[in-house]
Amino acid sequence: MPARLLVPEHARAGEVVAVRVLIQHPMETGFSHDMAGALIARNVIHTLIARYAGQEIFRAEMGSGIAANPMLQFWTIARASGAITLEWVDDRGVRGSVSASIVVEP
Amino acid sequence: MRAGPRGIWRWHWLLAGCIAVQIGASVQAGPAERLLPLAAVRPAARFSSADLRALQASDDANPAMLWVVQGQALWRTPAGVAGASCAGCHGDAAVSMRGVAARYPALEPSSDPAAIAPARLLNLEGRINQCRSRHQGLAPWPAESQPLLGVSAYVAMQSRGQPLQVSADAAIQPYLERGRALYLQRSGQMNLACTHCHDRHWGDKLLGETISQGHGNGYPAYRLEWQGLGSLQRRLRACQSGIRAEMLPFGSPALVELELFLAWRAGTLAVETPAVRR
Repeated sequence: MPARLLVPEHARAGEVVAVRVLIQHPMETGFSHDMAGALIARNVIHTLIARYAGQEIFRAEMGSGIAANPMLQFWTIARASGAITLEWVDDRGVRGSVSASIVVEP
Repeated sequence: MRAGPRGIWRWHWLLAGCIAVQIGASVQAGPAERLLPLAAVRPAARFSSADLRALQASDDANPAMLWVVQGQALWRTPAGVAGASCAGCHGDAAVSMRGVAARYPALEPSSDPAAIAPARLLNLEGRINQCRSRHQGLAPWPAESQPLLGVSAYVAMQSRGQPLQVSADAAIQPYLERGRALYLQRSGQMNLACTHCHDRHWGDKLLGETISQGHGNGYPAYRLEWQGLGSLQRRLRACQSGIRAEMLPFGSPALVELELFLAWRAGTLAVETPAVRR
């Protein structure tokens, strides 16, 4: 599952920074049919967790109302240099993750 | 008032005159006739909503970049019997591929020195696939496959902002004319040609949507309707399906000729790939 994570490389301590992620995923709703008329099983990224230096800072629980290739953005306060890691799992149990590091200057 | 035999003949002459004038007009207009004058050409973004324009304007937000990043990785990955990668021959795409996509579809001269095989009109996808089979010894990627979309979007993106400039050589004219003929050809149960919507009614509404001028300068593009990246041929086929016509197969010469005509018709519109369309 390719994904793009956008986090500023540098930030000042206490600065509010945007974290933006774009994930390639079909986000099958479970309501559509294939060419043969069979129902396509629901397959959405149901849980996404963001951790900053190991600590959970953001969690999203998504359903079938989210379009394919979802883009999520949230804000966090830059406190210390470290990695921002996002992990997610879809209905088929396929896991994905993406990580970026941020350097915080005092 | 009764028309005698002389009167009838007079009408015939008038009719014949009209037909002669019409034929004369169409002959006179010749190959350079533009149903969409260059001065009337509008960028495709003009027909998009502000939200879509914003999505396309930012590479951080543009979902098509997911495919472009994969195309970039494939560009650098050695593959095939020779272990050759695109980058191995072409180097940095930002340098070597700058402006290339703006010149496609282009005529690929015959590789056969005896010139038994005729020249072929290739679009960018066709050119990439030819390179792949010729230099990497691999089977061409299927139409609309993710790697082909990725690499073609990555290559086309290197021409972003560059004006389209398909060849104006005499050799390409027959292809251009066939593309034009297809563009003007009524087809499907709705009996519509491309020109009926995209020359006569651009800017008007079709249900909730604004009819565009039908330029292909943003493809491969991310379409919300597809929830993914797709080629210009896929978009053309969608139009054919919309008028309830038989869809031309992917990679068929007629579709490439239509792509060529569209590129000619768009004048010097800049490449927008990877665009976001509704």
